[in-house]
Amino acid sequence: MPATVQSIERAAAILRLLGGGSRHLPLGEIAHSLDLAKGTTHGILRTLQHVGFVEQDRVSGHYQLGAGLVRPGAGYLDPNELRSHAINWADPLAARTGEAVRVGTVLDGRVLVVHHVFRPDDTFQTLDVGTLLPIHATALGKVLLAYRSAGVAPPADLDRFTRRTVRTPHGLAAEVVRVRDAGWGYEVEEMTPGNASVAAPIRGPGGLVVGAVGTSGLVERICDRRYHPHPHLVALVRETARAISRELGDGRH
Amino acid sequence: MTERYVVAIDQGTTSTRCIVFDRRGRLVSLAQQEHKQYFPRPGWVEHDAAEIWRNVERLAPDALRRAGITESQVAAVGIANQRETTLLWERDTGTPVGHAIVWQDTRTDQLVQDLLGKEGAKQVEHDSALPMATYFSGPRLRWMLDHHPGLRERAERGEILFGTMETWLIWKLTGGLHVTDVTNASRTMLLDVHSLDWSPAALAFFGVPRAMLPEVRPSVGVFGTAVAAFPGVRIGAALGDQQAALFGQTCFAPGEAKCTYGTGSFLLLNTGGELVRSTHGLLSTVAYQMEGGPPAYALEGSIAITGSLVQWFRDQLELIATAPEIETLARTVADNGGCYIVPAFSGLYAPYWRSEARGVIVGLTSYITKGHLARAVLEATAWQTREVLDAMNLDSGLDLAVLRVDGGMTADNLLMQFLADVLDVPVVRPLAAETVSLGAAYAAGLAVGYWPDLEGLRQNWHRAAQWLPAMDPAVRTAEYGNWRRAVERTFDWTRQS
Repeated sequence: MPATVQSIERAAAILRLLGGGSRHLPLGEIAHSLDLAKGTTHGILRTLQHVGFVEQDRVSGHYQLGAGLVRPGAGYLDPNELRSHAINWADPLAARTGEAVRVGTVLDGRVLVVHHVFRPDDTFQTLDVGTLLPIHATALGKVLLAYRSAGVAPPADLDRFTRRTVRTPHGLAAEVVRVRDAGWGYEVEEMTPGNASVAAPIRGPGGLVVGAVGTSGLVERICDRRYHPHPHLVALVRETARAISRELGDGRH
Repeated sequence: MTERYVVAIDQGTTSTRCIVFDRRGRLVSLAQQEHKQYFPRPGWVEHDAAEIWRNVERLAPDALRRAGITESQVAAVGIANQRETTLLWERDTGTPVGHAIVWQDTRTDQLVQDLLGKEGAKQVEHDSALPMATYFSGPRLRWMLDHHPGLRERAERGEILFGTMETWLIWKLTGGLHVTDVTNASRTMLLDVHSLDWSPAALAFFGVPRAMLPEVRPSVGVFGTAVAAFPGVRIGAALGDQQAALFGQTCFAPGEAKCTYGTGSFLLLNTGGELVRSTHGLLSTVAYQMEGGPPAYALEGSIAITGSLVQWFRDQLELIATAPEIETLARTVADNGGCYIVPAFSGLYAPYWRSEARGVIVGLTSYITKGHLARAVLEATAWQTREVLDAMNLDSGLDLAVLRVDGGMTADNLLMQFLADVLDVPVVRPLAAETVSLGAAYAAGLAVGYWPDLEGLRQNWHRAAQWLPAMDPAVRTAEYGNWRRAVERTFDWTRQS
C-alpha cells in the first residue's frame, strides 16, 4: 500500500470532529482534541475554509462545517462570482484579439454563458449571458467536458448543427483526449457555418476546472489556411485562463 | 522606432496605482499599493501623505518593469486623484503638517454650521457653485489653520503650502512646483468657477492666506518635468478621479454622461462650456480644461450608498458570503415582492441632501424572503441613479440618450438590466474598465501630442456590453412611485443638528 498523506488524514479528522456532537469549536479545542500543534491545526483549518468545507463564525471565531461539504459535487463557485473574477481579464482578451469573449460553466449538461464581452467593433450585438450552448459543438464545452467540470458526462444524443458537428461518442472521446493533451480546445464550423472558437480551462484551488474562457469569430480570422487556430490567439486565450485561475487561487499558475 | 507609452497615477482613497497604457488605450501593466487609513476619532479619516508619496516612488519603477519598458519610452504621466482630501506641508522641508484630512471626514460638521450663518456665505456658494458642506476642502483648510497654533502666520509668510493630492504629488515629482488643476480646485470652495482663479471673497471668508495656495492650471497641459519617480518624464495632466472617469469614457460632448458604480456612485454629465447651476440638488463642477481652451463644465450627482449597501448585506446581515452572490440570491425570485430598501445610512445625498434621514425597509410581509431583500438592495442603486438622472435632465435641459457605466458593480448583469429598465435608456459598459486611470492617461497623452485630438480618443472607445430597456412603462411608473413613497418615509427620522 502506498504511503498515506498525513495532512489529508488530519483534515479528515478535523471534519469528523466538527461533524460530531458539538457544532462549532474554537481553534484551541480542535488542536487539543487531536493532539496537534495550534499552528498546524490553524493551517489545515484555513485550507478547509478556503475550499468551503469549513466556515468560521465572524463573532466567536469558532469553526464549523461549511456549506461546501453538504453537496461537494455541486458547483462550489457561484457563476456570478466567476464572472466578477473573470471580467478584468476577459476585457483585455477581447481588446487584443478583436473578437468576442465568453466565459462558460456547466449547467444540466450544457454550457451556461456566465460572461460575454462584445467583439470590439461597435456593431450591434446582444448580450447572451444566461443562455445555454451545446457542450459537444463549442470550444468552451469541449474543454469543460475534457476536465469533467462539475462531473459532466458526455451527452447521449449529439445534436447535429452543421456537417462538421461531432456526431459520435467515439468522435467526441477523441476530441476530449486531444483537449487534455493540448490543454486547450477548439472547434471550426461545428456549431455555426463560417464560425470558429478557441477555449482554455479556468482552474480553482487545487486545480479543479470551474469554467472555461474562450474567444469566437469568423473562421478566416480565428484560423490559418489549414483551419487551425492562429498560435498567437491560442496563446492569448490560455494566458487569460491562467490569469483568471491565478485570481481564483490556483496556486500553480 | 521604439514603442512609446503613457502612464497614469491613480491616487485613490484606499490605494495608489500606476498603470501603463499603449497607443490604443489598452492596459499594458499595473502596480498597486494600499495605504493606511487613520481613524483617530469617530467621523475622522486621515491619510499619511508621506506614505502615499513613498508608494508612488515604489510603484513607478514597478509598473515600468512589469511592462518591460524604461522611462525613455514614457511619453507622459497623468494624475487622477481622490478629490477634496486636504493637505498642508512645509515649503522648506517638504514635510507634511500632520496627516491629510480625507474627503469622507466630517470633523468640520459644526464649523460648517457656523460658517453658514456668517455674512458672505451666499457669495462663496455662488462663486464656487458649491453648497457649504463638510465634503469640500475649504472648511477643512480653515479647520487646520484654526487648530495648529501659529500656522496661519507661517502660511501668510509663505512657509506653509496647501494642496489637494495632485498638488502634493506634482510638488514631489517635480521637486517643488506648487500647482493644482481646475477640476481639483473646483472642489475646494475657494475657486471662482468663472474666472478659474482663487476667489478673493472666498479666501477672505475662510481666512485663507493667498500665499499658501497653488497656481491654478488647466487639467490638460504640461505641468512640468518629473525629477523623481519618473525622472525626465513630462507630467501632462491632472484631474479629480470622477472627472478623469468622465474623460476616460470619452464623454467630450454636452449631454454625454457616465456613472461610476463603487462604494458610492457618481454620475457626471458634460454640460459643455456652460456652467449649469442646479436647482435640483446637483453639484456644478469643472469637467476639464485643455491648455489654451475654455473649460468644460459638468453636473454631478453624488450617491452616498450603492456598493456599500451590498457590503452591508454581506457583512452585517450575512445573507451572502461574497458580493457577487447577491445576483444569484436576487434571481431566486421574479421581483421585489413589494419590498423596498432606502439606504439613507447617513442621510441622503443628491438630489435630496437630507442629513436627518435614515434608512428604511418598507413593504415587509410574511411573503418576503431574503431573495426579495437582495432584489431590493440592487434596485436601490438603480432608483437612486434614476432620481439623480431626472434632476440632471431638469437642470440641463438635455435628455440623456445613453448612460455609460463603469466600476465594480457593472459585473452585476441583473442590476445593469434593471438600471436600463428604470432609466429607460440604453446602459453601456466600455471595454476599458479602468476609466479613471485611462482618463488621466488620455489627458496626459493629449498634452504632449501622443494622441492628436479628442476624436482620436473616441476611436479607442469600444462597447463591451449593452443593456436595453425592456420594462413595461406602466410597471416602471408604478415602481418609481413606490420607490419615492419609500424615500419619503426616511425623512425627519433624526432631528437635524
